[in-house]
Amino acid sequence: MTLNTLWFIFIAILYTGFFVLEGFDFGVGILLPFLGKNDLQRRTIINTIGPHWDGNEVWLITAGGATFAAFPNWYATLFSGFYLPLFFILIGLIIRGVAFEYRGKDDNPKWRSLWDWCIFGGSILPAILFPIAFANLVRGVPIDANMQYVGGFFNLLNPFALLAGLAMTLLFTLHGACFLSIKTTGEIEQRANDLIRSLWLLVVLLLVIFLITAFIITDIQERINLFTIAFPLISTVAILASGYFLRKGQFGRTFLMTCLTVAFFVLTIFALLYPNVMVSSLNPNWNLTIENASSSPYTLKLMAIITLIFLPVVLIYQAWTYWIFRKRVSSEPKQLTY
Amino acid sequence: MDVLLLARLQFAITIIYHFFFVPLTLGLSVVVAILETIYVKTGNEKYKRLTKFWGKLFLINFAIGVVTGIVQEFQFGMSWSEYSRFVGDIFGAPLALDSLLGFFLESVFLGVWIFGWDKLSKGLHAATMWLVAIGAHISALWIIIANAFMQHPVGYAISDGRAVLTDFSEVITNLPVFSHYPHVISAGLVTASFFVLSISAYHLLRQNETDLFRTSFRMAAIIGVIATLSVGFFGHTQGQELLETQPAKLASLEALYNTEDPASLSIITISNPSTGEVTLDLRIPALLSFMVYNRFAGEVQGIYQLQKEYEEKYGPGDYIPPPTILYWSFRVMVGAGLLMIFISLFALFIDLKNLYGKFPWFIKILPWMIALPYLANTTGWILTEVGRFPWVVYELVKLQDGVSTVVTIGMLVTSLFGFILVYGLLISTTLYLMLKYAKTGPLVVVEAPAEVSSSLINPPESQ
Repeated sequence: MTLNTLWFIFIAILYTGFFVLEGFDFGVGILLPFLGKNDLQRRTIINTIGPHWDGNEVWLITAGGATFAAFPNWYATLFSGFYLPLFFILIGLIIRGVAFEYRGKDDNPKWRSLWDWCIFGGSILPAILFPIAFANLVRGVPIDANMQYVGGFFNLLNPFALLAGLAMTLLFTLHGACFLSIKTTGEIEQRANDLIRSLWLLVVLLLVIFLITAFIITDIQERINLFTIAFPLISTVAILASGYFLRKGQFGRTFLMTCLTVAFFVLTIFALLYPNVMVSSLNPNWNLTIENASSSPYTLKLMAIITLIFLPVVLIYQAWTYWIFRKRVSSEPKQLTY
Repeated sequence: MDVLLLARLQFAITIIYHFFFVPLTLGLSVVVAILETIYVKTGNEKYKRLTKFWGKLFLINFAIGVVTGIVQEFQFGMSWSEYSRFVGDIFGAPLALDSLLGFFLESVFLGVWIFGWDKLSKGLHAATMWLVAIGAHISALWIIIANAFMQHPVGYAISDGRAVLTDFSEVITNLPVFSHYPHVISAGLVTASFFVLSISAYHLLRQNETDLFRTSFRMAAIIGVIATLSVGFFGHTQGQELLETQPAKLASLEALYNTEDPASLSIITISNPSTGEVTLDLRIPALLSFMVYNRFAGEVQGIYQLQKEYEEKYGPGDYIPPPTILYWSFRVMVGAGLLMIFISLFALFIDLKNLYGKFPWFIKILPWMIALPYLANTTGWILTEVGRFPWVVYELVKLQDGVSTVVTIGMLVTSLFGFILVYGLLISTTLYLMLKYAKTGPLVVVEAPAEVSSSLINPPESQ
């Protein structure tokens, strides 16, 4: 395996970690105004992700930094080309992060409701826009011979990308509902369970339609390999298995399956891309690839060694925090932190 | 308005705003960790209350520092894509390591600290705050390393039209790192110390929780004395390095138009930089030479000579960072810094001699002095970053060669207004909350009924 491939895998792992973890807290944020019928319930809901959302978000920051370090041209073309969607994602993440911390700092109901809607908006905006951006990487966007994105904002809002946005947002919502189901008790748990049941079939349909469309509209037929077949299959099997556990009332396993669904969905996107990192819709020779977009071998090697040492360390201590806060969050006011 | 100017303006606004919150995060994390450690060691409840009080203010500040930091990272690619392409091989690495080695540690353990009061042992809980503090300081180190490359590029070679890393150890041991990093870390402690000092003075003035706030006051005064002196020392080191690394910045911040040997130090200079016409120029002979050479002789190059030299080397263009901005930023920063040294010394003197009653005017003005570190932090970064003009990477990439080519004026105007609007709303909210909780003091946290305290950071049963 070349260093460039290794780095492609690292970045795939970082984004996968981000979407699996932040995916459920996007979902929880989206569900907040609907599953929380009063202030106490909303606080309970926020407390389920309270200890985690910040650490989850660092996966994105690390993925961004790693893309910059390992594939500067990918980072430069993507971030300057997708300027406006990224701007809206940033605004979403800003108001969301602040809202978690600030909503509990004043008792005024209007104050709290304002921040609740900020959490909702700040969760749904990136949940829609990230998949739109990733779908466009696979579908291909106008990139010229100088590696510059020459399309506009509305180029990105094509049906295929919008389908990805819709499918993933609903998948994140389902994922978030599963998380709430295993982290809460009583009314909230019940409402989360009901929601999972009514949302499940729709998510399955959208996901399968998206995956089939992805195989039809990209040139993947020419680059079929083990991963491009296995990853979408695992993702599909996992979402079906989640339905199986759902019927048996085993919500812990349902959540595990939605984790796998999200993970292998993201991995599918990366498998479809490889060895490209951005596809040019103008000329295949102008694609950004793991070769022409990458840093020098020295940088890749150095960073690979550091990542191989420290990424497992991060995984271990982050997993430890999930272990510490493994109990369900009760709706006892004095137990709540936010 | 062109794309370059808008991109610069956006970068300036977002970085100044971000750094408005970061120093307090750095310094206060250490203060809170120390307080909690004392609590664990002594079991004295007073220190637990102090930990919670300052910890809560720390959290209000932390949230906004995090979210504005993401903007910083994304912005290199969004508005400065050509810069990112050119230096990504070198500059990307410290940014990635910032999050992998520092930011993860800080964020993950802060979550544990906030929610872990009754889930971890006392010692382990205090340890999580130390991990937050260590994470924050590791993070700052990598950012300074990245910035040092922009100020003074080393460890690279140019290959295929871009900079390629040749020696990573040179990048991390780059000369400015050794003065900038301790300068910034000390500035964080100064910010925290003045933050604690002024809020403590506010409560002491009102005879509120005197015992608690005198403990905070003393701690802040001690940290303040050490940190303000340290900031000054490493600031001075930086100034001396400029002679070697960035002579144009030095000439500009001293408004030194012509080369002098020995060089004089400006007390006040009022001039028109575009015409070079000097209205008022009061200088102390040879003092600038002394500042940079440690002796009363030595040549310091002037603006005109440097401009000519750069034009010969790099072609026509403006090579001098705007003297008006640099000259005044420098003086405000140094002025605020010196004032803070005296204030901390005097505060410590008052506390040690127990003269609180004798100098009521001092305790009265102290709450206002919270503005000083913010003034110094902001002008300090303006000096460093505006002083980089006209380069993104010093003497390697000019600003106009770094800006994104595909980003339009419309996009930048949209994002610039968006950020200004959101940031404006956030800073007002943050100030409102800070003032509310700082003024309330720790008393209410303890005695509040359940429905009030439930809105605070920590569950009451762990008080």
